[in-house]
Amino acid sequence: MRWMWIDRVVELTPRRRLVAVKNVSLAEDHLHDHFPAETERGRPACPVMPGSLILEGMAQSAGILVGHAEGFRHKVILAKVSRAELTRDATPGVTLRYTATIARIDEAGASTLGVIEILDHGRPSEGFTPAGSVELMFSHLDHNMGGAGLPGEAFPAHNFVFGESFKTLLRTSGVAFTG
Amino acid sequence: MTRDEIFGKVRNVLVDALAVDEDEVTGGASLVKDLGAESIDFLDIVFKLEQAFGFKIQQGELFPENVMQDPKYIKDGKVTADGLATLKSRLPHIDLTNFSANPEVGKLGALFTVDALVRFVEGKLKK
Repeated sequence: MRWMWIDRVVELTPRRRLVAVKNVSLAEDHLHDHFPAETERGRPACPVMPGSLILEGMAQSAGILVGHAEGFRHKVILAKVSRAELTRDATPGVTLRYTATIARIDEAGASTLGVIEILDHGRPSEGFTPAGSVELMFSHLDHNMGGAGLPGEAFPAHNFVFGESFKTLLRTSGVAFTG
Repeated sequence: MTRDEIFGKVRNVLVDALAVDEDEVTGGASLVKDLGAESIDFLDIVFKLEQAFGFKIQQGELFPENVMQDPKYIKDGKVTADGLATLKSRLPHIDLTNFSANPEVGKLGALFTVDALVRFVEGKLKK
């Protein structure tokens, strides 16, 4: 499984805001384990996207926004989930929309605010409706080792955070990768 | 802004950043030892203090990030005289009086108390 939890960046205002979407598909393996049927208890399968993966989608959306702000020069690492609230299940066939905004950014890192919405294609007239909010903190690893070691130690010089998968996503979304 | 008002705002920042109860945030409480702060929380605290008080905090202004990574300032697990002088001039909000007698690096974290944050904010607001 590729570790990409957004399908497309649909809007980017540099250093301010990024909007990304993710279509939840029954072809994704994890939906068959979360949650499988329990035949002995008479419970049918109940496929819902795990909350942790929804958070990852927001982390990728916000991480790209933070990385883009400095031309993808920094290794942008998710350091802290400051607050997270998910209010609805994401089931197969819905579209998740992640809107991330930068609250604060400097050499050491960034904090972001995020809103999650769901579009239920079975009820298209409702449009995107609120499904949660997430506040995140990112660390620029080169500038804020945060106990991870001394500068230059333990981590390779190349930017391992924004690898090929991210580059492909950005290219297919029409976002220039400058790093 | 009075000291009590500053304390109240600092307390709100810490309750928010560290998910602790209000009554845990006493003046003498150490951020690391008593309130469970980890390294990344310090960046969070810096961001939230800026938001709460409307000033900018430069890297290394509140917490001694660069000092602790400089071999000139640390020897055999202790802060050198040079290091102590640097800490004193860069971080006037930290009370180093007792620490100076036996400046073990491991004990430095305990000096970052809620009162130290309040003193830091007081100093910034006076400028």
